Amino acid sequence: MLSFILRRLLIAIPTIILISVFVFALQKLLPGDPVLAMAGEDRDPATLEFLREKYRLNDPVVVQYFTWIGNALRGDLGISLRTNQPVLALIAEKLPVTIQLAVMAMSFALLIGIPAGILSAVRKGTITDYIANVVALSGLSIPNFWLGIMLILLVSVKWQLLPASGYVPLSEDPVRSITVMLMPAFVLGTALAATMMRHTRSAMLEVLTADYVRTARAKGVKERRVVLKHAFRNALTPIVTLTALLFGELIGGAVLTEQIFTIPGFGKLVVDAVFNRDYAVVQGIVLVTAVGFIVMNLLADVLYVLLNPRLRGQ
Amino acid sequence: MVAQPDPILARKPQSRIWKKFRRHRSAMLGGILVAFFVLIALAAPILPIPDPVATDWAAVRKAPSTAHWLGTDEIGRDLLSRMIWGAQASLLAGVVSVAIAVSVGVPLGILAGYFGGWTDAVISRCTEALLAAPFLILAIALAAFLGPSLTNAMIAIGISATPIFVRLTRGQVLSIAAEDYVDSARAIGLSTPRILSRYIFPNVLPPVLVQATLTVATAIIAEASLSFLGLGQQPPAPSWGSMLNTAKNFLNQAPWMAMWPGIAIFLVVLGFNLLGDGLRDALNPREH
Repeated sequence: MLSFILRRLLIAIPTIILISVFVFALQKLLPGDPVLAMAGEDRDPATLEFLREKYRLNDPVVVQYFTWIGNALRGDLGISLRTNQPVLALIAEKLPVTIQLAVMAMSFALLIGIPAGILSAVRKGTITDYIANVVALSGLSIPNFWLGIMLILLVSVKWQLLPASGYVPLSEDPVRSITVMLMPAFVLGTALAATMMRHTRSAMLEVLTADYVRTARAKGVKERRVVLKHAFRNALTPIVTLTALLFGELIGGAVLTEQIFTIPGFGKLVVDAVFNRDYAVVQGIVLVTAVGFIVMNLLADVLYVLLNPRLRGQ
Repeated sequence: MVAQPDPILARKPQSRIWKKFRRHRSAMLGGILVAFFVLIALAAPILPIPDPVATDWAAVRKAPSTAHWLGTDEIGRDLLSRMIWGAQASLLAGVVSVAIAVSVGVPLGILAGYFGGWTDAVISRCTEALLAAPFLILAIALAAFLGPSLTNAMIAIGISATPIFVRLTRGQVLSIAAEDYVDSARAIGLSTPRILSRYIFPNVLPPVLVQATLTVATAIIAEASLSFLGLGQQPPAPSWGSMLNTAKNFLNQAPWMAMWPGIAIFLVVLGFNLLGDGLRDALNPREH
C-alpha cells in the first residue's frame, strides 16, 4: 500500500511541475510591462528600474521561473497588488469559508443523489426511473448562478424565509452560519447531486445483475437487504472516488455561487482579483486549486484501493 | 439452402444509426430544441424585432406585454430582441470553443496514442496538468489574462476543454491501433499518414462527436458564467450571461429580466445534453 502511494506521488510530481510552468507562463503572456502597472502614476525611470530589480524582472525568464517556484515552495506566492497582503495568507483566510460551503453542498449532493440513484436503478424502466433521470438531466442543465438568482427571488424576496446574502463564521454562531449557507449550498449541490445520481444509478445497475446478488435473492434474502447490503456496498467504491473527483466542479461552481450570495470566500477572491488585475492572486489560486485537485485525485486512488479488497493485496 | 442476408445488418451503418437515433424520443426532443435555437439565432438579422441595443427611456423595466412580449430591461431595451441576438452569442461561443478544443485536442490525442513513447509522455503529462486545474477556474484565469471579450472567452473555454479531447482520442487510438486491421495495414506497407487518415481517424470520430455535443452544453454554460462575471460578451452587445448579471440587480422591480435568459440557457443546454446522450446510444455498436 505504501509503495502504491509513493508511486502515485512520484507520478504527481511532473504534473505539478508542469502546472507551475503553465501558471508562470500565464503571467508572461500578459501584454504590457507589469512594472508600469505596479508603479501606477509614478513613471520615473529610476523607480521603474528599482521595481525591476526588486522583483528580479531583469533576470532571464528561466531564472525568474526558478526564483518564483523556489519562493512558492517556501509558501511565498507573492504579494497581492491590491491589499499588499501575502497571497498565501489571503487564500488561507478565505479557504475555510469555501470549505464550509463545499462540505454543505456535498452533503446535499450525497443526500439527494445517492438515494435517487439507488431508487432509479432498482426501479429501472419505471416512471420513477424516468422522473429521476429527467430531474438529474435538468439539474445538469440548469446554470447554478441562475438557480441561485431564482431562489433568492422566491425564498428571500417573496417568502422571506432565508437571507439572500452574507456570511457568519461557524465559530461565531453555528446555527446562523448554517442557516445563511443553506441556500448557496443547495444551489451548488444540485448539479453535483445530478452527477452523483447518474453515477450511482449506473454503478447499482452493474452490481444488481452480478451473480452474488442473484445468489442472495435465491437464498431468500429480503429485497431491501439485497439492495442496501449486497448491492449498494459494492456500488459504493466508484461513488466514493467520484466524490473526491468532484472537487474541481465544486470549486468552479463556488466561484459563481459566492458571487451571487456575496459570500467572502475563495471564489469571490478569484473574481475580485481578476477585476483588480491582481495577477499574483489569480496565479496563486490556480496553483493552489490545481495542487488541491491532484491531492484529491491521489486520495481517490488510495480510497479506491482501500475500499476494494481485491486490489488491497496487490 | 442459401443463407439469406440479415436485413438489419445488410443496411448501411448510417441508416441504422439514424433509425436508432429517431427512435430515441429524448434525443429527438434534444435535436428539436437545438434546431429551434440555431434557427432563431440564424434568423436574428431578418426577424422583425427592434434593435437589441436601442434604448427607450419611456419603456424602462416594462413587464411582458403585447408591445414587448418578454418585457424590457433597465434602459428600455426589448428583451425578446436581446434574447434572440443573445442566442447567437451563446451558440457561437459553444460551437467555436468546442471547435478549438476538437481541432487542437484530436490531433494531439492521435499523436500521443499512435506514436507512444516520448510524444505520448509529453502530451499526456501536459494534458494531466491542464486537467488538474478546475475547468471554470482555468477559463476564468485565461479570460482574465487575455482580457474580457467574447472572442477571448471562446479561446479560454476552448483551451480549457482541449484536454478532455486529447485524453478521449488517445484512449480510442490506443484501442484501435491494437486491432488486426491496423496491423494488416502496417504489414502491407501503408504509410503512417494513410493509416491515420484511413483507419484511425474515422474510428475516433464517433466518440469525439458525442463528447463534442456534450461539451457544447458545458461551453454554453461556461460562456454564460464568464459573461455573468463580466469576462465574456461586453455591453451593450447582448448575451444571456451578461443579461443575467444585470438582471440580478433588479430582482425586486423586474423579475422577468432574470427569468428569460436562464430559461433559454437551461433549454439549449438540455437540448445538447439530450442530443449527446442520444448520439452516444445510437453510435454505440453494442446497442445495435
